[in-house]
Amino acid sequence: MSTPTETVEQLASRDYKYGFYTDIEHEMAPRGLSEEIVRLISAKKQEPEWLLEWRLHAYRTWLTMKEPTWGNVTYGPIDYQNIIYYAAPKKRPVLQSLDEVDPEIRRTFEKLGIPLDEQKLFSGVAVDAVFDSVSVATTFKEKLAELGIIFCSFSEAVRQHPELVRKYLGTVVPYSDNFFATLNSAVFSDGSFAYIPKGVRCPMELSTYFRINARETGQFERTLIVAEEGSYVSYLEGCTAPMRDENQLHAAVVELVALDNATIKYSTVQNWYPGDKDGKGGIYNFVTKRGKCAGVNSKITWTQVETGSAITWKYPGCILQGDNSIGEFYSVATTNNRQQADTGTKMIHLGKNTKSTIVSKGISAGHGQNTYRGLVRIAKGAVGAHNYSQCDSLLIGDKCGAHTFPYLEIRNSTARVEHEASTSKIGEDQIFYSRQRGLSTEDAVNMIVSGFCKDVFRQLPMEFAVEAQKLLSISLEGSVG
Amino acid sequence: MTLPLDHYRTEYARARAGRPRGEGEALARTRDEALGRFLDRGFPTTRQEEWRFTSVAPIAEQAFALARPPAGAGPADVDRLRFHVVCAAELVFVDGHYVPALSTRGALRGSARAGSLAAAVSGHAPNIDPHLARVARDGSAFVALNTAFFADGAYIDVPCGTALEHPIHVLFVSTGQGGDTPVVSHPRVLAVLGDNSQASIVETYAGPDSARYFTNVVTEIVLGEHAVLDHYKVQRESTAAYHVGSIHLRAARSATCSSHSVSLGGAIVRNDVVAVLGGEGGECTLNGLYLADGQRLVDNHTTIDHAMPHCGSREMYRGILADRARGVFNGKIIVRPDAQKTDAKQTNRALLLSEDAQINTKPELEIFANDVKCTHGAAVGQLDEDAVFYLRSRGFGLTDARRMLIHAFLGDVLHRMPLAVIRTSVEHVLERQLARALGAAA
Repeated sequence: MSTPTETVEQLASRDYKYGFYTDIEHEMAPRGLSEEIVRLISAKKQEPEWLLEWRLHAYRTWLTMKEPTWGNVTYGPIDYQNIIYYAAPKKRPVLQSLDEVDPEIRRTFEKLGIPLDEQKLFSGVAVDAVFDSVSVATTFKEKLAELGIIFCSFSEAVRQHPELVRKYLGTVVPYSDNFFATLNSAVFSDGSFAYIPKGVRCPMELSTYFRINARETGQFERTLIVAEEGSYVSYLEGCTAPMRDENQLHAAVVELVALDNATIKYSTVQNWYPGDKDGKGGIYNFVTKRGKCAGVNSKITWTQVETGSAITWKYPGCILQGDNSIGEFYSVATTNNRQQADTGTKMIHLGKNTKSTIVSKGISAGHGQNTYRGLVRIAKGAVGAHNYSQCDSLLIGDKCGAHTFPYLEIRNSTARVEHEASTSKIGEDQIFYSRQRGLSTEDAVNMIVSGFCKDVFRQLPMEFAVEAQKLLSISLEGSVG
Repeated sequence: MTLPLDHYRTEYARARAGRPRGEGEALARTRDEALGRFLDRGFPTTRQEEWRFTSVAPIAEQAFALARPPAGAGPADVDRLRFHVVCAAELVFVDGHYVPALSTRGALRGSARAGSLAAAVSGHAPNIDPHLARVARDGSAFVALNTAFFADGAYIDVPCGTALEHPIHVLFVSTGQGGDTPVVSHPRVLAVLGDNSQASIVETYAGPDSARYFTNVVTEIVLGEHAVLDHYKVQRESTAAYHVGSIHLRAARSATCSSHSVSLGGAIVRNDVVAVLGGEGGECTLNGLYLADGQRLVDNHTTIDHAMPHCGSREMYRGILADRARGVFNGKIIVRPDAQKTDAKQTNRALLLSEDAQINTKPELEIFANDVKCTHGAAVGQLDEDAVFYLRSRGFGLTDARRMLIHAFLGDVLHRMPLAVIRTSVEHVLERQLARALGAAA
């Protein structure tokens, strides 16, 4: 009889399902980074002068910055001159409708389970698909436009709604924020833009699907979501990449702005290629995500399921500026094989009676190293602030590691801050109990893990919750013993 | 501006010339290396993660004079710091120098030793070479500074199979007198407990109110197999003094150690406790309480290193911050690969009594083994309004109600201290300080 360990190990060796590569013609910028490249990207996108200036400011600031080394992750040096900063599927004459999208690209997205054809979309999800650096299609646009909702690619927003972009770009993550965000500010290629007007409740989930396709490119997308007074939006983000031996860099920036009484729900299922079982290849996912609860009673919820990437380095945070605003962070991060994750959140309480909740579940298996790093800062004026944090780690196997570095900085005596953390493993007795009741070891592990992650999955929109659960069981299979 | 480290170089040359002959080559070399390490690193800055919230600039910028041996019989108020119960030994150090006239060593049993470290070094006591400056080898720049400069300190040797019934009390009193420049003392404590031995050791640090001086202490503790140690550090320095201390503790198989830290004085206080559980079945308890008011800063850093399987650790810290005081707590638990069946638990709580008080806390877990149970919890808040209301509705005044609740809050840690004499004396000081802190907060 095979032991539970063996069963799971067999399952773990299953391949990365999204590792295919689509052979389409790419238009690429020359390798490396310089002022010319920044100008080239800006010119390609026919950007206005102010945006070019902004990029150049960012580029010049970036030159003076050093790559951060404080993360609890190890990787070889990144050669920033050996990356292609712009890759786009070759342009055809202007697209009249979705049917004109390159059939190869459409097939790719179909393989990923994202049909671009609106007719096939029963789920009511409006999708903006970003292929390498360029947004290729946005579905359901007209229907959203009726409500005044703008949902389009970032470049389109720059062309058609420059006043909105200019007003909010860089207000949450300034171009000088950190090494990777600054790099992004200089070379960002595309991304999604969403604007929800006053009092509108977005009737469907907005969604972006990111795919890195071309070799030796980096993906630097930028997402900006603005929710006007009293509006509501739920936004989903998914990511995949082909399997390659070399590491690819992904340095995105996401900015959220919630005004008075607005709510933004941002969910991510991140499944970049994690590298093979010896840690070769995979995506470096160095992302800056931040939301600003600018208005009173506003609310931002980050939900993330991080199963992919060789290295994950991201801290979606909330600046709770408006009184009574609420920030939430729900995360499941798994590391298997040689994956490393250093992730967590930052909750900056500035307004009165602000509340934040942090629920982080880390699962380490194989040689995975999983780090929770979080900051809760209660500023002096944040009267009556309340934070609750919980970070739990589950260890599967004796070669992996789980680390917790929560920073609590309290400057106001009326604050109530609670932090709890625990580390445990899947008990032999739990598995034995389940097997005794007729479940296979695999099912037992899945059940225990999904129970462990339930608090987070509950926050995900329905379709994503199912996908996340599946992803999780695939990425962990074979790691119990 | 940071003072050029040259001051320490010249002071070192002078101290070196004045050292007793008996110190030996090996220690001289260790001291030279330590000075080199200190000069290399300089004083830590807030750019270093371990010192992020604790600026030691006031210490770095001041050229402290090395404390000289006391001239007369020493300060008169030592008596108020004594325990007045039976002690196995009560060693009194004035400005880091041993004063035999004030010390008693009557009740030491068998071949147990407690006395001057300098004497033990010159007398080539057997535990010096293997342990001195070795347990605390990888400490901060302050540890290196102490190793280079320490003149004296306590040497405690409890041989195999010896159990001391009464505590050993080591009392470090600073006079704060050194002419125009504030003085620094670098006391050192080395305690070695043999296999199957048992002892209680109390370190007390005190100085005259509002005197400005610097105490930089290093304690090294080695526990043999099955040894049991109950260790206390009571810090009651002057509210203008700087106190940087680190306790390095190494425990062998099945040893049980507990270290209780009470921090009540000092303008800038930094306590480091590093406990390495280097044998299977070890148990470690680190408890602490601190109270700060005025503009004072209290920083507690603890590390429990589970290097071997089947070890347990318990840690509980409680702090009260009033006025504009700042508190820092950093508790790290490391579980090394293969340290399976580790059971570690940590809680730390802080009460902020005023609008301007601050706390920075970071409980860290670093876990490299899977079959472990580790939890930590941290909470920051103010007194429960309902509880205050309850007490007031029963006829207590606001101040009394608050004092009672704070007392209960600290009682969690206080009542875990087995030594009754510590409990009562700390309670006494706490009472006074709380009255002051609450008076200011009201």
